[in-house]
Amino acid sequence: MENFNVEQIRKDFPILREQVYGKPLTYLDNAATTQKPQSVIDTLTQYYSKENANIHRGIFCLSEQATKRYKSARHKVQEFIGAASDKEIIFVRGATEAINLVAHCYGRTFLKAGDEVLITHMEHHSNIVPWQMLREEAGVKLKVAPINDQGELILGDFKKLLTDKVKFVSVVHVSNALGTVNPVKEIVRLAHAQGIPVMLDGAQAVAHTPVNVQDLGCDFYVFSGHKLLGPTGVGVLYGKKEFLEKMPPYQGGGDMIRSVTFEKTDYNDLPYKFEAGTPHIAGVIGLGVAIDYIGSIGLERIEAYEQELLKYGTEKLLQVPGLRMIGTAKHKSAILSFVLGDAHAHDIGTILDRQGIAIRAGHHCAMPVMQRFHVPATTRASFAFYNTKEEIDRLAAALREVTEVFR
Amino acid sequence: MNGDIRELYQQMIMDHNKNPRNFHAMADADRTVEGYNPLCGDHFKVYIKMEGDKIKDISFDGAGCAISKSSASMMTSALKGKTRGEAKALFEEVHKMLSRGMGEPFDAAKVGKLATLGGVCEFPSRVKCASLAWHTMLEGLEPTGKQVTTE
Repeated sequence: MENFNVEQIRKDFPILREQVYGKPLTYLDNAATTQKPQSVIDTLTQYYSKENANIHRGIFCLSEQATKRYKSARHKVQEFIGAASDKEIIFVRGATEAINLVAHCYGRTFLKAGDEVLITHMEHHSNIVPWQMLREEAGVKLKVAPINDQGELILGDFKKLLTDKVKFVSVVHVSNALGTVNPVKEIVRLAHAQGIPVMLDGAQAVAHTPVNVQDLGCDFYVFSGHKLLGPTGVGVLYGKKEFLEKMPPYQGGGDMIRSVTFEKTDYNDLPYKFEAGTPHIAGVIGLGVAIDYIGSIGLERIEAYEQELLKYGTEKLLQVPGLRMIGTAKHKSAILSFVLGDAHAHDIGTILDRQGIAIRAGHHCAMPVMQRFHVPATTRASFAFYNTKEEIDRLAAALREVTEVFR
Repeated sequence: MNGDIRELYQQMIMDHNKNPRNFHAMADADRTVEGYNPLCGDHFKVYIKMEGDKIKDISFDGAGCAISKSSASMMTSALKGKTRGEAKALFEEVHKMLSRGMGEPFDAAKVGKLATLGGVCEFPSRVKCASLAWHTMLEGLEPTGKQVTTE
């Protein structure tokens, strides 16, 4: 691709200069977590060495500074996903906590026994288990829209399942196990036509494709910072104001209150109502810097480059004898999930590891997907914009070695 | 190819992976124990038929990686006809061999052919695979009622 200088970009990520077992690190586990640019790493160091103070208690300089930077990160997130207001941006620990928050605060308040929550067969466990917990507690029903052999949502079946009993829809934007990009705008349109709120799990989307929550129209959107070049332990819940306002708080504690007496507590306004306790201040500020970094390259360019990697990687890997791709959707993100002859994913993982190649082997916290494709596990290579075609060649060569071991 | 990898996946292990011995269920087993590593998905059942103090027959079935499967296969071959005490002693020796990184020496004469599993100690994240069947077998000989896992 023209004007995409991946060698220059790689220099921004110090870990990419590391060696593993004497081989250059080939990091292809970006769906699990992305690496961090120097600017994010420096921000954390700088914050703890020169700026550390608690926020919202500002009677001294450092606290005021920290509060300002924390607020500014919220504004960056708002702009990044196109939210109408920064009051709609809630900082949480990650996408998992965000989904749990919605299942807890919205689910327990507004869903009653017999109401249905509709998800898809390609959800991560974090978008299955919180609803099962709600099922145990409140008696709601969990409905699962099926996927086809390519790993695409069967939209016709989804429509059929979208009956008037469905009171909430929660769908993954991009599947972590298959790479499938769901037609989320259409899903939102269909659900809204029946007045059903929709949450989208954007954990695998935000670092790879431009997202605008107002354009999508979704009521909730969640993602993790660490899959977006940011630190671990910080994530985002976007929620439309009208929903967040009527939901009760998630946890009680500092920051989420306006006044407390033993008789009565007044809750704070959005977004603080959902941010009890001292948050991950350094992490939030670091996430803001990660978003700046992404912005400096541009998500449109990132997406175009990663699509090129996907095309190249798909071709290269399909040339490896005995390799079968799991997840061949027409609209895919740069994730290659596959099985290779009789070789178990963990054996593949070990052999690749000794070549310095980091991939994920297992069920990817999406066991129903594995069951759907009748495999115990897959090997998954997932790409970021700092990966190269040369790394894909290395992966393909190492996979040929696997086939020799398992001949 | 990397030397450690060649040692880990040497021919005997690959043979046991491809043609596992005693790889079947046993309807009249005295003990049937399940071993499961939920994170990686290795999942086996070990079946044991006793005759007095002796393991008259032992088999396994299930699914897992080459290391876990070949280890289970070699184990069943090694334990048939052994007494409870001998089986336990062999478990201890194999355990020492797999966790060699811990510094405890093992007796190569006692482990015999099982020494081919020794390469696993160079791969700390795979020791749990090689040891799963062994812990499952031990639960069969000395039931504690606990779910067997090596993760």
